Amino acid sequence: MSDAGAITPVIMPKWGLEMREGTVSAWLVNEGARIEVGTPILDVETDKISNAVEAPDPGLLRRRVASEGETLPVKALLGVLAEPEVSDADIDAFIAAYEVPAADEGDADAGPAYQSADVDGIRVRYARRGPAEGVPVLFLHGFGGDLNNWLFNLDAVAEQHPVIALDLPGHGESDARLPGTGLADLAAFVGKFLDALGVPKAHLVGHSLGGAVAARLALDAPDRVASVALVNPAGLGEDINAGYTDGFVKAASRRELKPVVEMLFADPSLVSRQLLDDLLKYKRLDGVTELLADLGGRQFGGGRQAERPVRQLGGLPLLVVWGAEDKVIPAAQAALAPQGADVHVLPGAGHMAMMEKAGEFNTLLKRHLKH
Amino acid sequence: MARKISMKQAINEALDQEMTRDPSVIVMGEDIVGGAGGDGERDAWGGVLGVTKGLYAKHGDRLMDTPLSESAYIGAAIGAAACGMRPVAELMFIDFMGVCFDQIYNQAAKFRYMFGGKAETPVVIRAMVGAGFRAAAQHSQMLTPLFTHIPGLKVVCPSTPYDTKGLLIQSIRDNDPVIFCEHKNLYGFEGEVPEASYAIPFGEANVVREGKHASVVTYGLMVHRALDAAALLAKEGIELEVVDLRTLSPLDIDTVLESVEKTGHLVCVDEANPRCNIAADISAQVAQQAFGALKGPIEMVSAPHSPVPFSPVLEDLYIPSADSIVAAVKRSRAGARQ
Repeated sequence: MSDAGAITPVIMPKWGLEMREGTVSAWLVNEGARIEVGTPILDVETDKISNAVEAPDPGLLRRRVASEGETLPVKALLGVLAEPEVSDADIDAFIAAYEVPAADEGDADAGPAYQSADVDGIRVRYARRGPAEGVPVLFLHGFGGDLNNWLFNLDAVAEQHPVIALDLPGHGESDARLPGTGLADLAAFVGKFLDALGVPKAHLVGHSLGGAVAARLALDAPDRVASVALVNPAGLGEDINAGYTDGFVKAASRRELKPVVEMLFADPSLVSRQLLDDLLKYKRLDGVTELLADLGGRQFGGGRQAERPVRQLGGLPLLVVWGAEDKVIPAAQAALAPQGADVHVLPGAGHMAMMEKAGEFNTLLKRHLKH
Repeated sequence: MARKISMKQAINEALDQEMTRDPSVIVMGEDIVGGAGGDGERDAWGGVLGVTKGLYAKHGDRLMDTPLSESAYIGAAIGAAACGMRPVAELMFIDFMGVCFDQIYNQAAKFRYMFGGKAETPVVIRAMVGAGFRAAAQHSQMLTPLFTHIPGLKVVCPSTPYDTKGLLIQSIRDNDPVIFCEHKNLYGFEGEVPEASYAIPFGEANVVREGKHASVVTYGLMVHRALDAAALLAKEGIELEVVDLRTLSPLDIDTVLESVEKTGHLVCVDEANPRCNIAADISAQVAQQAFGALKGPIEMVSAPHSPVPFSPVLEDLYIPSADSIVAAVKRSRAGARQ
């Protein structure tokens, strides 16, 4: 096994805190293909979503271990990357010796997948992962979203940084109440949430409305914010697609919701039955439709964004990532980003760029967090 | 995070949350407080199967043990509903509907219509349905078709704890009489249910499994049999779509038609006796509205036209099985038009 160090396993990823297993839907490259970092190697499907598994390191794909249609646990061996010098015998030995690490081992160390905190009488669900030391990275989802919008990102960032993601009040499995409908109300709430967790300072990552909240918090409490990363953010330009924001609030059935949610993605086939069911379950909770109508009306009424704090950001590292095919907030607004911002517009992604181009987004975010 | 609870707990939680939210919600039925064989201690049992246990301690005399006279207390519940309360009456077994049927089909179901829309009857009648409980012919029937036949009644029959809670809350909030059918063999079935209140609208079927080769349309316990059949057929490369109707009145025929237009094959599964049952109704509507989409004969899987047997062996044969659904799918595909 002298060359074992040169063998890189491709393993079943863990997308989201609840993923236990995935099904290999298709191999995208043949054995013998040269793989670069970020090359999609195979498609994996879970009951929530499907996405491509990307290469962790460059190398030759020497062996496809998993076959199409096979359902395997998280961290199971899917394939093997190695340079040509590594013998087939060594690869066979590597595959034979590979054992799937127990899925719950790491979880037990890190505590339960979800925790809850009481902030101003509102119960908030959150997840905390990664190392104990370091400035935490706080993820803020958008209008109608929840912390699982970051399912492709949290574990990737948690390899190097402590990560925290919460369901904003009135969202996900946090209590269905809002501290207010202004960005300052939401930003102050997020500040109190950080207080409750004993976090003095954090890197902020915000998507859509969560981006505007991140910017507001950075302006209102600059000493608490180490850096800001924004994905398809609100709070920068003026236009927003009222067909989406109003449509999302009003849709009462799967039939009505599907075309609305499809606007979120460049590839509408990513909208699964499970995704729609989960959104409907959230929207049907008592009080949610009303609070979304209040929040959406205040922030996005008439297709106009009421507050634009991102324009005022300065003096701290700022990353702006936008899906080029965003049908909710036009990617052209990326041009309005403040001087000095690191701006990237990603082709092939829509409003959920951190999901649709998870690999590229994670690479950009990890580089940004090194500041 | 959503925890897992049983269907029985989901019913209890829905009643508890609606009683807390709305003081006009009351609950009545035989033994729902003291319980069968109890020693007189209140809240000892919470009904024959313990569904309402704990509610008396919280809501007191808004739960009423009634005399053993269905015609009296179902009538009282309907009268109270007509006067502004929101009663939930527990009939125990749906088989007992016979003695109180006038109040339901000729009174409650007609008030809104006959008073020109000025009267509302927001009553919920909960009752256990279905076979498999070794309870013989008079306590095991699936009588849903009797109620879907009556205009003015809404008929609900959920298959999961999540749907049970949301549909029962919707039933209580609804302004018309609702017959809420609970399959006794699903009482222990567990699933994820949010702690917060939520309502699932009536008339929305749920596609519980997507597939392209045949549509199985059903409700209640049979949803699980259909999913078992889907797992068996998946091994042969046949992908079933399973549609759970959830509410039988109103009926979401659009979702059924969409599914059949996609798959070209329809198998209707109904635990009720076959003459004029839900399967026959769905089959007729699809034949009428989507005949051109059908690539093979419509198949129906139902219990036989006989009372539910007491013999356990015969009772197990009586209830539609996953194997009988698999066979029906294969018959429809074998008869496919070229």
